Amino acid sequence: MAQHLNPIPPDLFLWEEALPGGCHWSGILRRGNALRLTDLTGRANVSALFYNAEEKLERYNMPDTLKAQHTAHLTTGHALYSDMGHVLCSVIQDSCGWHDTVCGVSNAEMVKAKYGEATYQTHRNAMHRNGRDGLLVELGKWGLGKRDVVPNANFFSKVVADEAGKLHFDEANSRPGAYVDLRFEMNVLVVLSAAPHPLDPRPDYAPGDVMLTAWKSGTPGADDVCRNACAENQRGFYQTEILFR
Amino acid sequence: MTSFNLVESPFDPKTAVVDAVVNAGDPWIHEIKKGQVFRILDLEGNQAVDTLFYNARDPEERYSAADTVRAQGALYLTAGTQLMSTEGNVMLTITADTCGRHDTLGGACSCESNTVRYALDKRPMHSCRDSFLHALAHHDGGLTKRDITSNINFFMNVPVTPAGGLTFADGVSAPGKYVEMRAEMDVLCLISNCPQLNNPCNAYNPTPVRVLIWDAPSQ
Repeated sequence: MAQHLNPIPPDLFLWEEALPGGCHWSGILRRGNALRLTDLTGRANVSALFYNAEEKLERYNMPDTLKAQHTAHLTTGHALYSDMGHVLCSVIQDSCGWHDTVCGVSNAEMVKAKYGEATYQTHRNAMHRNGRDGLLVELGKWGLGKRDVVPNANFFSKVVADEAGKLHFDEANSRPGAYVDLRFEMNVLVVLSAAPHPLDPRPDYAPGDVMLTAWKSGTPGADDVCRNACAENQRGFYQTEILFR
Repeated sequence: MTSFNLVESPFDPKTAVVDAVVNAGDPWIHEIKKGQVFRILDLEGNQAVDTLFYNARDPEERYSAADTVRAQGALYLTAGTQLMSTEGNVMLTITADTCGRHDTLGGACSCESNTVRYALDKRPMHSCRDSFLHALAHHDGGLTKRDITSNINFFMNVPVTPAGGLTFADGVSAPGKYVEMRAEMDVLCLISNCPQLNNPCNAYNPTPVRVLIWDAPSQ
């Protein structure tokens, strides 16, 4: 099975925590550590925002990430850039192959219109949750709010554009056990929501469960796949590393 | 090549209540009232106009590239596109477009992104995000770097391939092309007329653009 292809060595393991489908999470990942996101059911979507934990005005920047690497999606070898020319984290392993960068998150109205109402009063913790409110709740825990929400990454979701720019959601992108490893190049506040992707056409509210696993990846060497993916990344990694000299 | 849906405007520049030129490398900040019609005209062609919108009454609500893309299920902006806010409201509707395609994925250039994209010694070059910060520093609306989010690049062509690549193609604009939009709420418009010299988004020669506003047509 794919999930056993690359087990994390026990001596590098840091911690593990479940993120049930629909739920939200935030925490600090430090430089030299990695976070593995595992899609347990094959239907996960993990909307993610990243902030420099030491200066939260510095944050993940979708356009800078895309422009630097001439890509519209994320997979192995890609760096996630801040708006200040630094690499917040990079994709060092990916058994999935495509993560969306442009479609944003679901909101309360969208989830209610698409899946019907399921409140805490009637459904307890099986209530329907939406991506925007999940992110806002987590951001609030760090003194952040609406002004800090920028276009996010959506791990495990694939949306393809045709020549005219029309978007098509690929339901077969992920599978049970698919994982993506993010290595942190700075000390980063990570904010996650596992609510459904906003363009997922499936009519039932069934966001997949996710496992978060942190481990000691170490910092990138001279031969690193992300550093050497392009000349832009070599400069980006250099500018990030001088912060820690 | 995809054919574009070109729509011309009935408005006459002689009746505009605002008619100004924004030089290359300058910012421009202006409130556009609900119902007013706003045109940006590419005077010399292939000029990227980096644009942000805020709800003028509550600027925590602002233009959202991701919500705009998600709401129309398509990447490129043209006539008929509703420019969506972070709160899921329509801020403006593009009502005329003689260019045919505008970008909202490419963002605004900055000193820092220029060092990554081109060379470490590009940091001193003028950039859109410096223009945004300059304009906000002199504006009393309380907006700061925190409020600079993903923008629209009018007249810029950034095709995404089916394989997920992103390219900066030659501009699809030309002298005299324009895009026009109707404000669906009172909005604050913040423009940087892009000074980028390192890629073809301005044909390596940034040039002035003309901005016009008409009052809401009487019924």
